[in-house]
Amino acid sequence: MNNAEEKLVFERPRSLTDAHTHYCPGCTHGIAHRLVAEALDELGLRERTLGIAPVGCAVLAYYYFNVDMAEAAHGRAPAMATGMKRANPDKILFTYQGDGDLAAIGAGEIVHAAGRGENITVIFINNAIYGMTGGQMAPTTLEGQKTTSSPMGRDISIAGHPLRMSELLATLDGAAYVARGSLHDPKHIRRAKKAILTAFKVQQAGLGFSMVELLSACGTNWKMDPVEALGWIKDNMVPYFPLGDYKVTDAVKNL
Amino acid sequence: MAKGRIVIDEGRCKGCELCISVCPPEILVVSSRLNERGYLAVEVMDMDRCTGCSLCAVICPDVCITVYRQVPARSR
Repeated sequence: MNNAEEKLVFERPRSLTDAHTHYCPGCTHGIAHRLVAEALDELGLRERTLGIAPVGCAVLAYYYFNVDMAEAAHGRAPAMATGMKRANPDKILFTYQGDGDLAAIGAGEIVHAAGRGENITVIFINNAIYGMTGGQMAPTTLEGQKTTSSPMGRDISIAGHPLRMSELLATLDGAAYVARGSLHDPKHIRRAKKAILTAFKVQQAGLGFSMVELLSACGTNWKMDPVEALGWIKDNMVPYFPLGDYKVTDAVKNL
Repeated sequence: MAKGRIVIDEGRCKGCELCISVCPPEILVVSSRLNERGYLAVEVMDMDRCTGCSLCAVICPDVCITVYRQVPARSR
């Protein structure tokens, strides 16, 4: 049956450029980029989307997304997105931020952007460590987790407790949709994609602030190989950062 | 008879082996070829057993896998 017909079931989304990423082998940033790009493709938003790259490993995201992008100062992506969205209400605005960016230096910006109900979409990558700067302790680093700045493991009596940003932001009235997904296996990757699609639909409908947190791996700084690192997300991060929808307003349910 | 077929963009592959870890028929292996970036790219050992399930492509962080699936004769 050499003449059997075949159909294309998976290809590189058009919202990604052809650039090779600088990410380490097995880094889930690549998966997150692809999910965002697929969502933009499927919703037909590529030509009217503006992205904001963070400071962190994803600082070069503007080379990888095939949309117009700007680069924010560390943590300030939600503030920039606020201005860009208010000046261009017909555009779709997303920020792509890591945990060192969003939960530490940018904690003020994200809380107020969510509180004001800015009509933007935030993609929040939580890998429990500062990746680009060499693996220091982040606000999301788990208790006992060894990093270059907590070589004996995070001691909560000194460093405090890890922040659960989705739960925190979900309490704000301006937040319309807040969900946490994970990128540790294909099933959860597909679920994360659905959450990202919902987040962009929320913005399209003008319902307010939307954020999708994605539990991600940092094999290099966790000192693990890529497969082991995905297992570590499942065994250690998911119990502390439970997956699911944290805020779905009635208007979002009716989308 | 293969139900599916994948094409790996070897120049883009970083050899992270996540695809190998999720492939149900276990037909993916690390090749002995270094690509231009110095990584040992993954290759398909036995394409006849590919089901076109796409799990490898879903987990590939570098989006180097394209997946085709056979269309069953009855649905044509």
